[in-house]
Amino acid sequence: MNRYPLWKNLLILVVLVAGFIYTLPNFYGESPAVQVMPLRSHLKADTQLLATVEQALRDVQLSPEAISLDANSVKARFSDTDSQLKAKDVLHAKLGEDYVVALNLLSRSPAWLTGMNALPMYLGLDLRGGVHFLMQVDMKAALDKALESFSGDIRSTLREARIPYSGVSLDGEAILVKFRDAEARSKGEAELKQRFAGLQFDGKDAGRDYLLQATLKQQEKLRIQDSALQQNLVTLRNRVNELGVAEPVIQQQGADRVVVQLPGVQDTARAKDILGRTATLEVRLVDDDRQIGVNGAAPFGTEIFQERDGTALVVKKSVILTGERINDAQPGFDSRNNEPAVHINLDAVGARKFKEATRENVGKRMAIILFEKGRGEVVTAPVIREEIGGGRVQISGQMDTTEAQNIALLLRAGALAAPMEIIEERTVGPSLGADNIQRGFDSTKIGFIMVAVFMIAYYLMFGTISVLALGANLLLLIALLSMLQATLTLPGMAGIALTLGMAIDANVLINERIREELRNGVPPQMAIHTGYENAFATILDSNITTLIAGVALFMFGSGPVKGFAVVLCLGILTSMFSGVMVSRAFVNLIYGRKARLNKVAIG
Amino acid sequence: MEFFRINKDIPFMSYGKLTTTISLVTFLLSVFFLATKGLNFGVDFTGGTVIEVHYAQPSDTNKVREELAAIGLGDALVQHFGTTHDVLIQVPLKHNKMGANLSEQVLAALRADAEVELRRVEFVGPQVGKDLVENGAMALLLVSLGIVGYLWLRFEWKFGLAAIIANLHDVVIILGFFAFFQWEFSLSVLAAVLAVLGYSVNESVVVFDRIRENFRKMRKAEVAEIIDNAITRTMSRTIITHGSTQLMVLAMLLLGGETLHYFALALTIGIMFSIYSSVLVASPLLLMFGVCREDFIKPEKPESEEVLP
Repeated sequence: MNRYPLWKNLLILVVLVAGFIYTLPNFYGESPAVQVMPLRSHLKADTQLLATVEQALRDVQLSPEAISLDANSVKARFSDTDSQLKAKDVLHAKLGEDYVVALNLLSRSPAWLTGMNALPMYLGLDLRGGVHFLMQVDMKAALDKALESFSGDIRSTLREARIPYSGVSLDGEAILVKFRDAEARSKGEAELKQRFAGLQFDGKDAGRDYLLQATLKQQEKLRIQDSALQQNLVTLRNRVNELGVAEPVIQQQGADRVVVQLPGVQDTARAKDILGRTATLEVRLVDDDRQIGVNGAAPFGTEIFQERDGTALVVKKSVILTGERINDAQPGFDSRNNEPAVHINLDAVGARKFKEATRENVGKRMAIILFEKGRGEVVTAPVIREEIGGGRVQISGQMDTTEAQNIALLLRAGALAAPMEIIEERTVGPSLGADNIQRGFDSTKIGFIMVAVFMIAYYLMFGTISVLALGANLLLLIALLSMLQATLTLPGMAGIALTLGMAIDANVLINERIREELRNGVPPQMAIHTGYENAFATILDSNITTLIAGVALFMFGSGPVKGFAVVLCLGILTSMFSGVMVSRAFVNLIYGRKARLNKVAIG
Repeated sequence: MEFFRINKDIPFMSYGKLTTTISLVTFLLSVFFLATKGLNFGVDFTGGTVIEVHYAQPSDTNKVREELAAIGLGDALVQHFGTTHDVLIQVPLKHNKMGANLSEQVLAALRADAEVELRRVEFVGPQVGKDLVENGAMALLLVSLGIVGYLWLRFEWKFGLAAIIANLHDVVIILGFFAFFQWEFSLSVLAAVLAVLGYSVNESVVVFDRIRENFRKMRKAEVAEIIDNAITRTMSRTIITHGSTQLMVLAMLLLGGETLHYFALALTIGIMFSIYSSVLVASPLLLMFGVCREDFIKPEKPESEEVLP
């Protein structure tokens, strides 16, 4: 009666072995490492980069413990921080500005473990040290800017269509267009409705004026907000690259917030400076007649900038217009040949300047340059085909849709539609992080030992089995956390300790039941059987209620609390398995084979 | 070894009046302190900046205060944190215009004449705090509804209601403690409170399970006797389980450091009161709601299935 079929024993064995393998990487610890990531789109992390890095390190007699290549970086692991720092300097000097050389920590686990995706637990910022920012995008500013750009467009549309109007003004969240008579207004309304699908037009009379009120449609508002957020995400990614952080997290949170996590960053002042910096955009003419000097010097009155594919470009110093004049840039298609294109929308001043510049320079190239941290990069350098008036510019030819999207994003980044503000910051120094790991580990260890001693003293053999099951629970929980790469925080470690304390409940319930049956004179084998059977329903019920609490915490918790909730939920699942199945398997192995069992050691 | 070898059932239900009165008094006291003193909300909820620094030499908080006053932060709260080497600085939100750069300015001021290491900075803007309060309340509501719903499904609505009243009583008492001692109520304390809610329902479920079983087995017994028997039979398990969990929490309380201190404290209070409330609050409530055998007789399965292998 107390025997498991072979498949059940095998299943438990397989689960435990798998749990052991996936827990293993956590025991090897981590070593300082250097991670090299290419910054430009035409550069790839490939075997050639790997060879360059290896050669550079060999040149200065640095021998990494391991060097590996993955999808977007080359990683080299060292035995101590001194060689790590030295390697960083050497690689930075060798590879230049086109690559990010970041400091990192890499697991020392052997390659066969890494090969089967067995990685150590992913530590949160409170354990490994680093900075966490929550940034809020100012959506009102984004909408205001959009309204302003629309009112400019409305003006030029009416002018082009030769419809008389006496003024266009902003009134809160609406644009008011003033006409002199009803006829002009209805003509204007028809024309504008056709041009601006995102706007809602309503006629309104006030005194002697015939007004037309334009408001943003709900979906247009959402589109503007979303594009403002995406744009900020791209800008942040570009800037974080500059910081040289190995595993940054830049994520949208909710409708208008962005989370930025920079593990290992200590210099928060610099991080804030770089994240908060505004990029600027300049439009200048390309000087294709002049050559770059012998030693790379720029001819008089020009500067040399690199295009995104790395080729150098001679660009005149005088600026046609700057990023503030750009209202919007969107990817789209050329209406004539359906090729991917980028549509740029300039404000009134920008449109006039652009018209002049294009009239005088048909056939020449112009460069759009993005400046960040004082360094310029040519986003695109199209040929001017004709004079462009009206402030609507289209760049097309020799680009695919992704390229068009990237260019539009970069252009918008230069114009930065919506400002961001840091609304939450959490910085944890490296010493505190290490302390936190130690504390979490110590309290789990001591707690476990105390519970184990008590259980064995109180329930003898059954207590020992319960402790083994509890150990299995810890093993499986850590394995699961490592497999899922869920973020482990300090409250998460507290969650591990707490679930262990709670998991013992299952075994106490079972053991008490068995004792009770024995007291009632039930023979041991039968007592074990009924004990497990009767306790199971109770175990299930009590675990499900805790699981409900865990899920709610996960849904509504943020940051560290979420980490706690993840551990709590996973811990409940593993404890059901280990508390019932694993402990039963042990009991069956020890007592199940004996045909005649007179006494069990349950205290 | 066995701590509880009780042969006769303890007549818990006859103490019903007394225990409910005790509960009511503690509950009302908690509500009183919550209303008069209120919770000492941490920076997570109120917004503001917390900076923890480590001095190489023992530090003087008065001197730190002077240095902060010099940069216009005269109202900052400065206290030692664990040891005299560690100092915790709390700056209220009204200095928000210094914004995210506040921590740099503070560090620069402190570093002028001493060796100071930055341990941790937490800056929470006003928008975030409000969201956290809302989310916390939502989570509490959701957990309560979920538990009532589940117990209703598994047992009967009377059980769900009795359990949730008993456990919300625990929650209010934990909050009462935090209000009375003015311990800092942070995000992790909130997590502990919600975990207690889920955990102490465990306790009620175990007792309820026994009550249901007893209704089937003890056909002739009175309802109060049935409940007494269920509590007495599960008492040993209750004490041992909670003892084990408390051992773990104790380790956290003593070794977990300042960050986990209040978290573990909230759990400790929660564990203590959940033993009490599930035995001495939930069950009398159940009796009061008029639980009876008929609640369970409907889906009656044959008795033999319960005992035979």
